[in-house]
Amino acid sequence: MLSTSKHIKRSDFEEATGWQFKPEGACKGDVCIPLPDSLNGDTVDIQELADTMGLPLVKADGKDLWAIGPESQGARALTTAEAPNLTLPDLDGNMFQLNSLRGEKVLLYAWAPY
Amino acid sequence: MWQALRTDLKPKGFELVTVGLDVLGAAGCREYIEAANPDHPSLIDEHHAMANLFGVINIPSSLWIDEQGMIVRPAEAAPAPPTDTPGFQPPTGDLPQRLLEMGAEAMKIQASPAEYHAALKDWVEKGAASAFAHTPEEVIERSRPRTADSALGHAHFELATELEKQGDHQAAITHFREAHRLVPDSWTFRRQAWSLEGGAEGPLKRFWQGPSDDNPEVWPYEGDWLTDVRKEGAENYSEPWKP
Repeated sequence: MLSTSKHIKRSDFEEATGWQFKPEGACKGDVCIPLPDSLNGDTVDIQELADTMGLPLVKADGKDLWAIGPESQGARALTTAEAPNLTLPDLDGNMFQLNSLRGEKVLLYAWAPY
Repeated sequence: MWQALRTDLKPKGFELVTVGLDVLGAAGCREYIEAANPDHPSLIDEHHAMANLFGVINIPSSLWIDEQGMIVRPAEAAPAPPTDTPGFQPPTGDLPQRLLEMGAEAMKIQASPAEYHAALKDWVEKGAASAFAHTPEEVIERSRPRTADSALGHAHFELATELEKQGDHQAAITHFREAHRLVPDSWTFRRQAWSLEGGAEGPLKRFWQGPSDDNPEVWPYEGDWLTDVRKEGAENYSEPWKP
C-alpha cells in the first residue's frame, strides 16, 4: 500500500491489504495481531503500524512517499484462502470490486502487455 | 480465446476477470483490451496488487475463486485454451536477431493447456466436489513461499511503480533493482522494469526486454529476458501444472 503521508487511514489500509481491524486487533483469516491503544484511532502512524504488524516499510528518498509491504509471517503469499476484495479500475477508470461477483465462480487472470 | 471460453461458461455461473499488470496503466493495456473486446470485467493494475495480495510472479497466471469468495486454486500458470489453430509460432523473417532468439526460447516454455482447461471445466461443473478445487489449508500451502525479504521486495516494487508514474525514472530503477534482488523468483517484477527501458524503438520497444544493440552499457539491470531465461532454462520458466 502506498501513502503520501506518514499517517494513514485504517480504512484505506483495510481496503488495500485485506487486513481488518477488529476489537482483538488487526486480523486476516485466523490470524489476529493485537494492537496498542495508539493504533486504535481512525488514522494511525504508518511506521508504528508496520512495526507492530511486522510489515516492511520503504520510503522514497527526499519525498513524502511510503510503501508498506505484505505480510510474511505465515511464510506464504496467502495468509487465508478468503479472497481479499481486490478493487481496481477498468479502462475507463470505473472501479470494480471482486466481491461484487459473490455467487459466481471466478477465474482471476493476470496478464501484461510486455 | 479467453472471451470465447467466458461466453461458453458464463451460463454455468462463471465469470472471468482479467487484470493487466502495467505501471503504464490504461495507456499500456488499451490496445490489447480493445482488440479482445471483452464482455467480462477487464481491469488495470498499475502497482501489481496481484503480486502483493495473491503471490502472482508470472504472466499469464490465474486463481480460481468460488461462489463464497474462497480461493480454491492459488496463483498458477494459466495457459490459453487449446485450439485447433496453431498457437505461438517462432518469429521469422525480417526481425532483429534478439527477437528471433527470444522467440526460439519462448517455444521451449512448458505449458499444459489441455489438462488445465479440462480441470477448469470440471470445477465449473462440479464445484467443491471437483478434485481440482482445494481446501483452504491446501490453498495457503500451495501459494507462493514468502520470506521477510520477499515481502520487503514487494514494498520496493510498489514504491518503484509510483515513482515511475511520477516521472522519477532513476529513483524507480533503484527500487526496481531492490525488488529484483529480494524477489528473485518474480518474472513480472523483472519484465515490468525491463519493459520501461529503451532497448529498441517503435512497436517492439516493450518486448525487447534487454540492452540495445547500439548502446548496451546503459542497461541498468543485472539481467534481461534472454539472458535470464537461458540461465534458468526456458523449460523452467513456468512451474509444471499439478492437479
